[in-house]
Amino acid sequence: MARKASTQRKVLVTAIAWTIAFLIFFPILWTILMSFKSEGDAIKAPFDMLMSPWSFESYAEVQTRSNYSRHFMNSVVISLGSTLLALVIAIPAAWAMAFVPGRRTKDILMWMLSTKMMPAVGVLIPMYLIFRDFGLLDTRTGLVVVLTLINLPIVVWMLYTYFKEIPGEILEAARMDGANLRSEIIYVLTPMAVPGIASTLLLNVILAWNEAFWTLQLTTSAAAPLTQFIASYSSPEGLFYAKLSAASTMAIAPILILGWFSQKQLVRGLTFGAVK
Amino acid sequence: MATQHSRTAARLMISPAVILLLLWMIVPLSMTLYFSFLRYNLLMPGMETWAGFDNYYYFLTDPAFFSALSNTIILVVGVLLITVIGGVALALLLDQPFWGQGVVRVLVIAPFFVMPTVSALVWKNMFMNPVNGMFAHIAKALGLQPFDFLSHAPLASIILIVAWQWLPFATLILLTALQSLDREQQEAAEMDGASVFARFIYLTVPHLTRAVTVVVLIQTIFLLGVFAEILVTTNGGPGTASTNITYLVYAQSLLNYDVGGGSAGGIVAVILANIVAIFLMRMIGKNLDA
Amino acid sequence: MTYRVRALLGACAVTALSTAAMAETITVATVNNGDMIRMQGLMPEFNAKYPDIQVEWVTLEENVLRQKVTTDIATKGGQFDVMTIGTYEAPIWGKQGWLVSLNDLPADYDVDDLLPAIRGGLTVDGELVAAPFYGESSMVMYRTDLMEKAGLTMPDAPTWTFIKEAAEKMTDKDAEVYGICLRGKAGWGENMAFLSAMANSYGAKWFDMDWKPQFDSPEWKATITDYLELMTNYGPPGASNNGFNENLALFQQGKCGMWIDATVAASFVTDPKNSTVADKVGFALAPDNGLGKRGNWLWAWNLAIPAGSQKVEAAKQFVAWATSKEYLETVAAKEGWANVPPGTRTSLYENPEYQKVPFAKMTLDSINAADPTKPTVDEVPYVGVQFVAIPEFQGIGTAVGQQFSAALAGTMSAEDALAAAQAYTEREMTRAGYPK
Repeated sequence: MARKASTQRKVLVTAIAWTIAFLIFFPILWTILMSFKSEGDAIKAPFDMLMSPWSFESYAEVQTRSNYSRHFMNSVVISLGSTLLALVIAIPAAWAMAFVPGRRTKDILMWMLSTKMMPAVGVLIPMYLIFRDFGLLDTRTGLVVVLTLINLPIVVWMLYTYFKEIPGEILEAARMDGANLRSEIIYVLTPMAVPGIASTLLLNVILAWNEAFWTLQLTTSAAAPLTQFIASYSSPEGLFYAKLSAASTMAIAPILILGWFSQKQLVRGLTFGAVK
Repeated sequence: MATQHSRTAARLMISPAVILLLLWMIVPLSMTLYFSFLRYNLLMPGMETWAGFDNYYYFLTDPAFFSALSNTIILVVGVLLITVIGGVALALLLDQPFWGQGVVRVLVIAPFFVMPTVSALVWKNMFMNPVNGMFAHIAKALGLQPFDFLSHAPLASIILIVAWQWLPFATLILLTALQSLDREQQEAAEMDGASVFARFIYLTVPHLTRAVTVVVLIQTIFLLGVFAEILVTTNGGPGTASTNITYLVYAQSLLNYDVGGGSAGGIVAVILANIVAIFLMRMIGKNLDA
Repeated sequence: MTYRVRALLGACAVTALSTAAMAETITVATVNNGDMIRMQGLMPEFNAKYPDIQVEWVTLEENVLRQKVTTDIATKGGQFDVMTIGTYEAPIWGKQGWLVSLNDLPADYDVDDLLPAIRGGLTVDGELVAAPFYGESSMVMYRTDLMEKAGLTMPDAPTWTFIKEAAEKMTDKDAEVYGICLRGKAGWGENMAFLSAMANSYGAKWFDMDWKPQFDSPEWKATITDYLELMTNYGPPGASNNGFNENLALFQQGKCGMWIDATVAASFVTDPKNSTVADKVGFALAPDNGLGKRGNWLWAWNLAIPAGSQKVEAAKQFVAWATSKEYLETVAAKEGWANVPPGTRTSLYENPEYQKVPFAKMTLDSINAADPTKPTVDEVPYVGVQFVAIPEFQGIGTAVGQQFSAALAGTMSAEDALAAAQAYTEREMTRAGYPK
């Protein structure tokens, strides 16, 4: 009896969960499907669109019109570069905050987060002038610096909450054994912190990949990432659904695939101290 | 406790991050502050004159300002409500045993990876377009008049789009929190005859409070700056129906090329953001500190 | 220094310059419109002639493009060697000295061949500051089959009364045919381009001679009332979000009876590859109200070289090529005369081959019917048909456009929208210190 009831329940939960998951995923699925249709078919009613012949013409056109591989490489370099740089700066800071908390730690942390609330559009002109004077316009270096600063608060905070969960007793024990600060970090903390660092890295690569204001404003061609690639397919003259779908698919596919494969690592550290 | 030595070391370790963020905040911000007192049109360089508080006066008395303020609040609160309530429900569901958990989780998390520009373009054109969009096709198939989302419910449509992007994030955090819930305690309560509802209220909810706080904090930071979605879908309209503060600042400085006015708006936005930050800090201080 | 040494040095400098010109890469910012995308496809032809110049394209959506190039040129960022700019920017930027003069283009460029109306808008103090890539006015495009079904004949020069009558008779909402499609999306280059031009034919104007905003005038009231009546009764759903592209898509799918918009749309709606109504489209001049002005605008997308560019010579060669007669022939040979960028050269309209294109004559007549220096019935202090060529206009135009877009969406009455437009414009003009 009990087993039967639980099976029934499992079937029901499965059905509901799959339906909801499908609905949430549907816009992405639809975009991908539409990218394999011709422009004329893409605007047909849903059923007719599905039944129309498949075609690669949109991909071919996007390929001839833009240099996808360059935009892609720029996105990779910028998002990875800025995340790694942010980690290098944030790991010591987060470690210190977590294990040697002072009276001010919490305030510093909140202040860091509040810098993220500064509206980017308000400081565009100053930033443009600064970038011009330092010769950073349209360079990957410039974007790496900006995105590092933008994501630094989140990185510090994520790592801080993760480090805080590492029990202090382990450190005490290590200290008793005569470990100094350096070996304490390298041999004791780091191994325990790797999952947290990995998940921080993933989240920030995603955020940097999808950042669409600075990446668009401060680049022209040489350093332009995928956000700019998309900007040349939004609302052109004539029909554009299929081409827009193809370009969108190409822009989100890499990060979607990365996200899916590393989902477990991402989730593991994505608690921001929410779990005690 | 910590020695003097380790305190000094800690300070050294924190300082690079603090100094960098301080620079990042102070340099552009002081330039913005300076510009905000100038009459500075981007198209007329070299004609800057001191404007005193004129720019602030015009920004704050702009009829769009108050609607932008309330739109910002509605947008943030609306998305938070949807994602928190939806996230809790979804997390409870996904916490049950069922077939294909891995695949379902992959599908649910997907919107979080999509660029805001892309998701806004997709929703606007492929779904909400009143002639060729999916919703219009469905309405027509049902014999109804297609609803024009972006002109008749612009803010609600944007809330929907943004909530779609952030729901996975909330779900993931809440699900992780849920999975750390003490099973034994749950079972003990069940033995004692506590109803499902009572168990939810007295065990699950308190356990999730911290997670909800985190979701609210992180999302608020990002939601205050929602911009790409508005730019792509409605351009802040019709009228100012979907203009938020960020978009208003954008319109001032980059559509009107009024750098002075835009800078004043930027400063106002920073002040407002800091009010929110203080408020959040209070909340977090209460909830997050062990 | 003797003369000879100086000459020698000069020669060296020239050689140095010409070697520097070898294998240069110029960055060209452009809009993602069809004609520009076609030009990108013709780069092999360009490189066959100029193997030393590599062109790096930055193709962006119009609003993003405008904002990026303006930020760059105003801050002297120096990111672009060639910029695609509109007729609105050209005189303002030219006056600032931001653009390289194109007066020294080679003789075979034949500057005098450019259409006078277009060329006039690009000349600042006798200097040509930008070269027109394509020019456009606006006109009525209509479905000949639906017009016939409605029992009407479109005159070559219709009135607004006729348009209203035709819109009513052509509308068949059950079949998803809407009598008229017009721009509703807010923006100075979107709904305000159409509405300002329409207002001109109603005798309305943006400012009087003292730079006082005129939205409280009966002429504006009549314009907006008629516009709203047309669109709410006979327009497509969601019109307040429709710009050029959205309406084009609607017309191509056969959902519009009439569409008053840019003349360049003609080549899209008659293109059988993308348009389901390609063989059923007729053209007429933009409507009037018998006041002597028609509701059509004048616009051109132009190529200009920012003064900060390090590669002016290469950029000039590119601009000259892209706006030359030869370019028109290259496109014609590859894609047919109907796909040639229109509206810039007199010789194109004298070409018997081009005269066979169904919309050629109407385009030229429309362009000639617009006069940027005398846009409306009364005398005005500004230049520009569907815009006012002052730096403040872009912001004001967009804010006013928001009001009318809200009126179209039904969230505001026509009176409130006009009052809000008037209040906003007065405020901004006072702030900018007009009258100057």
